Amino acid sequence: MRLNRSSSKPLLFVTVLLAMALIAVIAVSCQDSGEQASTSAEVAGAPEDINAIAEARGLTPADVVNAVKTFMPSGTHDEYYEFASGGQSGQVYVIGLPSMRILKQIAVFTPEPWQGFGYGEAGTMDVLSQGGTTPDGNPLTWADTHHPALSETAGDYDGQWLFINDKANARVAVIDLRDFETKQIVKNPITLSDHGGTFVTPNTEWIVEGGQYAMPLGFEYSSIENYEADYRGMITFWKFDREAGRIKYDESFAIELPPYWQDLCDSGKLVSEGWVFCNSINTEMATGGVEQGNPPFESGASQRDMDYLHVFNLNKAAEVAAAGNTTEINGFPVIGLQTAIDEGLIYFVPEPKSPHGVDVTPDGAYMVVAGKLDPHVTIFSFDKLQEAIAAGTSETDAFGVPVLNFDSVMEAQVELGLGPLHTQFDDKGYAYTSLFLDSAVARWTLGGSAGELNDEPDWTLVTKTPVQYNIGHITAAEGDTVSPDGKYLVAMNKWAVDRFLPVGPLLPQNFQLVDIGDPGTDMPVVYDMPLPDGEPHYGQIIKADKIKAWDVYPEIGWDPHTQAVNPNAPLQGEERVERDGKNVEIFMTAIRSHFTPEHVEIQQGDHVIWHITNVERALDATHGFTIPAYNIHVSIEPGETVTFEFDATQDGVFSYYCTEFCSALHLEMMGYMMVQPSDEASSGSNSN
Amino acid sequence: MSEVIQKIVGPRAPAEISEAERRKFSIPNILLGAAAVLLLVSMFLPYWKMTLLAPQYPGGLSIEVYVNRLTGDVSEIDGLNHYIGMRPLGEAAQLERAVSLVAVVFLVLLVLAAIFVHSPWAALLALPAILWPFIFVADMYYWMRNFGLNLDPTAPLSSSIQPFIPPILGSGMVGQFETIASFEIGLWLAFIAVALILAGLYYQRRAYKPLTEKSS
Repeated sequence: MRLNRSSSKPLLFVTVLLAMALIAVIAVSCQDSGEQASTSAEVAGAPEDINAIAEARGLTPADVVNAVKTFMPSGTHDEYYEFASGGQSGQVYVIGLPSMRILKQIAVFTPEPWQGFGYGEAGTMDVLSQGGTTPDGNPLTWADTHHPALSETAGDYDGQWLFINDKANARVAVIDLRDFETKQIVKNPITLSDHGGTFVTPNTEWIVEGGQYAMPLGFEYSSIENYEADYRGMITFWKFDREAGRIKYDESFAIELPPYWQDLCDSGKLVSEGWVFCNSINTEMATGGVEQGNPPFESGASQRDMDYLHVFNLNKAAEVAAAGNTTEINGFPVIGLQTAIDEGLIYFVPEPKSPHGVDVTPDGAYMVVAGKLDPHVTIFSFDKLQEAIAAGTSETDAFGVPVLNFDSVMEAQVELGLGPLHTQFDDKGYAYTSLFLDSAVARWTLGGSAGELNDEPDWTLVTKTPVQYNIGHITAAEGDTVSPDGKYLVAMNKWAVDRFLPVGPLLPQNFQLVDIGDPGTDMPVVYDMPLPDGEPHYGQIIKADKIKAWDVYPEIGWDPHTQAVNPNAPLQGEERVERDGKNVEIFMTAIRSHFTPEHVEIQQGDHVIWHITNVERALDATHGFTIPAYNIHVSIEPGETVTFEFDATQDGVFSYYCTEFCSALHLEMMGYMMVQPSDEASSGSNSN
Repeated sequence: MSEVIQKIVGPRAPAEISEAERRKFSIPNILLGAAAVLLLVSMFLPYWKMTLLAPQYPGGLSIEVYVNRLTGDVSEIDGLNHYIGMRPLGEAAQLERAVSLVAVVFLVLLVLAAIFVHSPWAALLALPAILWPFIFVADMYYWMRNFGLNLDPTAPLSSSIQPFIPPILGSGMVGQFETIASFEIGLWLAFIAVALILAGLYYQRRAYKPLTEKSS
């Protein structure tokens, strides 16, 4: 009894304590749930009241969700790269998704001083000079870049190379994605302008460059009266050597086409690998002349209800070209139209009038043709196409090209709205088509094997999301490969109208990020991004981890144009000036914060060859270099060796200096080039 | 003469011994052998490391010192050091690095020899290996001091960064750089080898001393 009483005292004490703790827990948890109920949008643990911020900035709950979907915290990396054409800038944009931050603008066809592209550096001058000259011999320095194409392996982006066309001058450039620099430009020797490029075959053996405006063969003159007889279209297949990272001009070829203004193209994949498809928009062969009372091109080229989908048997064409069954035009092998017909390299399929994009589905089984002037997308079946080719046809166009029966090749038509232009795909069996006139993105279902990936019936419109405004291309994450990722889509709008702060009459373009992660009808625009430097056309989106970009050049003395060490590269301790008559060669190094040498003495009239190696190994330790008056500017990235040449025509003292803020003593990173006057040079060297 | 050698080499373990006795005689051999192995392995591992942290180097910079070479961001650190007038790190301890591999192999051979010398002379054979990690640290300190105190007075930052002795262990600040010096696995192995050698010598003495007393 006594024992019991003495032991019950602490027991009572513990019980009271437990009860108090329980009350406290209940009280606190009630308070918590009360707070949660009143601020449902509040982020757990957020130090500030999100709702108050959103309210102060006038943000709706949907805006807050979009912000959270796209915001990249300071110091974090985006999930995807988008490579977008730079339009009239002649360059390529590199953009991070989902933040839509611009990461770089790669100099391609147009000189760009920051990258030291085309301001003296020999390798870049060489690349630009490959792009040809104006009639008076000046280099072509602008381009209308349209359609970038990432290199593919087995139909999927491999992140190694990027190609882009110049519509204005029918050129194709090769960009190395290890250093994001342009390595080669090929100028098409037989085509005036291109639009059906660049598109690669599933293993990047070929880069397709379809011409656009028909022209007399060989750049000859011929009156427009002779349009049907003398003008021709052209499609070029550039052979790509992946090891060398260069287009092999000598193994490339073209096929002569009727003067139908071929438009966009796409390569077949999987079942349709080895075939190429292109649209055409002027099978009327309208020749314009609105000033003479003729119908303008815009109506003349839009008269027929049907144009022709061009179907090419590329594998067979490559055999014909390899066998030498070609004609040389401007020294370039061209398979004549009659040969192409005789060898079964080309077939036409009628397609609704003046279409724009033709896009092959991820399984390679269908070709989706966007109507442009027709509210439908028309889907052709590759199987049916093969059957129709096997069955043969007696129908031909005016040039004898076999025309297959529309109904026997067509699989489905889906009415989407006005102005369908381009189609991309996702991982859920949906296709996405841009509607220019409706200013919208349409989501619709595919059939065939992809039809089982979603709940909706095959070949039907699911939803449309308005975009702002006049959408051109669209691009979805890896959306034209054999395995699209879904998730993100970018609407590449031509007009911004009222979307951004006014900047005068020339407005930026508007890229809009669309969240396509959820199936069904939910497909919101989550971000607007102004593009202020040319009007982009197509872009491609690649998973970031596929790009293996170098931090710095692999070794000191690196020449980015050979992607190897330059045996002539100046190295530390070997800096010098060599003179051979009038030729002066300077071997300079750059390191924070000095150039060696800091005095360069030359004579007026000398021809100067100047090499600089940036011997740095640190990430981002780039040096720039310029000499006033000589219009020279180079960027020397860690490890890189650059070379430039000039004639020292002007005497005097010139301060050269580092143009990239490299260190605390950056301003001191300079030197003097002393050009001693020479009577001989100043009196008679102008003839030189 | 042979008596002198006999005295230096010490007694041999008796041929006929019990299992427990055998262990008594093999333990010092195992300890000294293990020490030799650790020393040998340590040649291929870093002895000392300095990490430099600064805002513009989010991954930090580091230099690792092996007995015969420097690795890591040597050129970058040299590049930075030129602002304060410090000589390139490659100029430090050139002789030491040139002879170190041969020296360590020699130390290892001496330790192995000590296994077969069962007299107090064994301690003399093992002495260089016992001193080795301390010599390394002392030499590091000498060069750090030498380099830190002999800065080029004409260097860009010579007025703002005075000569200093970089820490050989622990952290310090130079300009915006926090420097963290640490002993690395190779040096720790050398220290462990020292402990093993001392233990080996102790057990060797304990096993063989009675034999020496018995014979004398």
